[in-house]
Amino acid sequence: MSSPSSPAAATIPAVGRTSRIPPPALAVASLVLVTTALAFVFFVAPDDANQGFSQRIFYFHVSIAFTAYACFIAGAWQALRHLWKRDPRADLASYVCIHQGLIFGTLVLLTGSIWARISWGHWWLWSEDELVLFLVLYLFYCAYFMLRFSVDPGPQRANLSAVYALFGVVLIPVSFAAIRLAKTFVHPEVFHLDGPAFGGWILVTYCITQVALLVLAYTLYRLEIGGKRLDLRLRRLREALA
Amino acid sequence: MTYLRDVGALARKDLLLELRARDTLPAMLLFIAATFVIFHFVLPGEPTRLETSGLLWIAILFTALLGLGRAFVPEREQRTMDGLVLAPCDRSAIWLAKSIATLAFLVAAEVVALPLYALFFHSVGWTTVAAVALADLGICGVGTFLGAMAVATRARDLLLPLLFLPLALPIVVGAVGATVGPPVVSSPGRYLAFLALYDLLFAVICWASFEYVVAE
Amino acid sequence: MLTARRLGKRYGEKRVLRGIDLELPAGGFLVVTGANGSGKTTLLRICAGLAQPTEGKIERAATRGQVGYLGHEPLVYRELTALENLELYGRLYRVAERRERIGMLLERFGLWDVRHERVGSYSRGMAQRLALCRVLLHEPDLLVLDEPYSALDEGSAELLDAQLTELRGERTFVLATHDPARVEPLASGALALGG
Repeated sequence: MSSPSSPAAATIPAVGRTSRIPPPALAVASLVLVTTALAFVFFVAPDDANQGFSQRIFYFHVSIAFTAYACFIAGAWQALRHLWKRDPRADLASYVCIHQGLIFGTLVLLTGSIWARISWGHWWLWSEDELVLFLVLYLFYCAYFMLRFSVDPGPQRANLSAVYALFGVVLIPVSFAAIRLAKTFVHPEVFHLDGPAFGGWILVTYCITQVALLVLAYTLYRLEIGGKRLDLRLRRLREALA
Repeated sequence: MTYLRDVGALARKDLLLELRARDTLPAMLLFIAATFVIFHFVLPGEPTRLETSGLLWIAILFTALLGLGRAFVPEREQRTMDGLVLAPCDRSAIWLAKSIATLAFLVAAEVVALPLYALFFHSVGWTTVAAVALADLGICGVGTFLGAMAVATRARDLLLPLLFLPLALPIVVGAVGATVGPPVVSSPGRYLAFLALYDLLFAVICWASFEYVVAE
Repeated sequence: MLTARRLGKRYGEKRVLRGIDLELPAGGFLVVTGANGSGKTTLLRICAGLAQPTEGKIERAATRGQVGYLGHEPLVYRELTALENLELYGRLYRVAERRERIGMLLERFGLWDVRHERVGSYSRGMAQRLALCRVLLHEPDLLVLDEPYSALDEGSAELLDAQLTELRGERTFVLATHDPARVEPLASGALALGG
């Protein structure tokens, strides 16, 4: 009626299909774009009237912030695909996206802090809405990792992670609104991190930096997920042979 | 509708369980009273309305967390979740019923806490009561949902506050804004509206995705 | 009723089930045996639909609500009475003529006199009998029983024997036990899980 059978190693499918763009090409593209962006930021973009040279960090800070948002949204999208389409690859993709988002989120907080220090002499500004938002999101997504590491790998962990990732993406606008609303009764400071007025070379520099960082994020994503999928396949092969 | 009857039966079960065990509600009452006493010693001088409003909401939030941590204990310890999950009823009914029961306990605790707050600190107006009502809905809805998630993990009670606090931030902002009122906040209605919006948005998400939290 | 191909289940790094094939027709009676830790409970949970396999597939002809599961725990609320527990499950599982069925089952398993007492005050054997009432309450097509004879005294065990014999053929059974000889006359198939 039944018997334990050992599957042939050949019947275990490759866990990742080869995407259109190979990682080495992506790595080269990232390198080129980031170098170009750096060149633009330091040499092409004009000095800011008020803050001078130090204000150039704005290009990175804002680009990194949007890249982080993009990662979280991508993570939520993959989470939705996991819950809805039951795509077996979506859970890992969602996790890696959010992992990237958290890395870039850390950079947002760091660059923001440095910018605040340079501009106003404080290492932290509660009056800067976006910075506070990233702090909240940081806490939220750190909890995501705690959740994930507290459950054994399997369908349940994937489900819980996916649902939480969806909550996260809804939290982004809601938290932002809350932070704005709170300004009425929280001690209002007058310090702000202002970017330059957009136009001309400033816009060009910003666009290049943004594209460069998005490509970099995607490259890192591909590298990480490629590594994890390979690891998964290796483990399955090892089990099949055991 | 059978859905509402399922919710009713489950909520009744949760209320009965608590009434018989009699551990969570007294703990919440004692906790919030003790917290108020600590607040008195923590605030120097004559605290303003803004300061005490903030503290009120910290007290409510952590008292709620106390109750939420206990919400799914019977299902976890006695493994009864298996029985509920295999039933043909909609799984979201489990979440809704549990939220309603937790809401009942939180409101019961607040019925004592708010007069106590008025006694110790500042008077409580109608906007505060409205804020409490709306915030409670959000706290219990989202908190119960996350409680079910936390119970499925190894870390359990440790994880619930971590999952809950970032999501509770908008509730706190809306609630404090409405509680403080004029002159600091000229239109508390805006904050109440924000709370209502939060409640609606997250209720829909929780209702739609609870299925995935309990079933593998 | 139940078909499984190359079923496997892993919890983290620990592999609990591997390469299980299963073919259980409606009305069949499968007896599952194996040492402790061989994965019997996991297999039964997968059959009931409480767990998903990490490898392979399982197909179940019974929809939700048509499965009755008896685990190691009786799955009843200790702070509620027997009657309240069965009322709740009866409502959730949409049992027709709830009152009558509950009464009939409680009487059959000798719990009628204690129906108003909290389950927490029951002995292990009584709780197990209540669990059997719960499982049979909604007349499920598929019954998944994990060591149902544990904690039962001889009298109750004979009651269970009688129930199983009565329902044999009408319903499909998956039963895990340490004492396969007892259910041997009823079995239509057997599965032994290795360590």
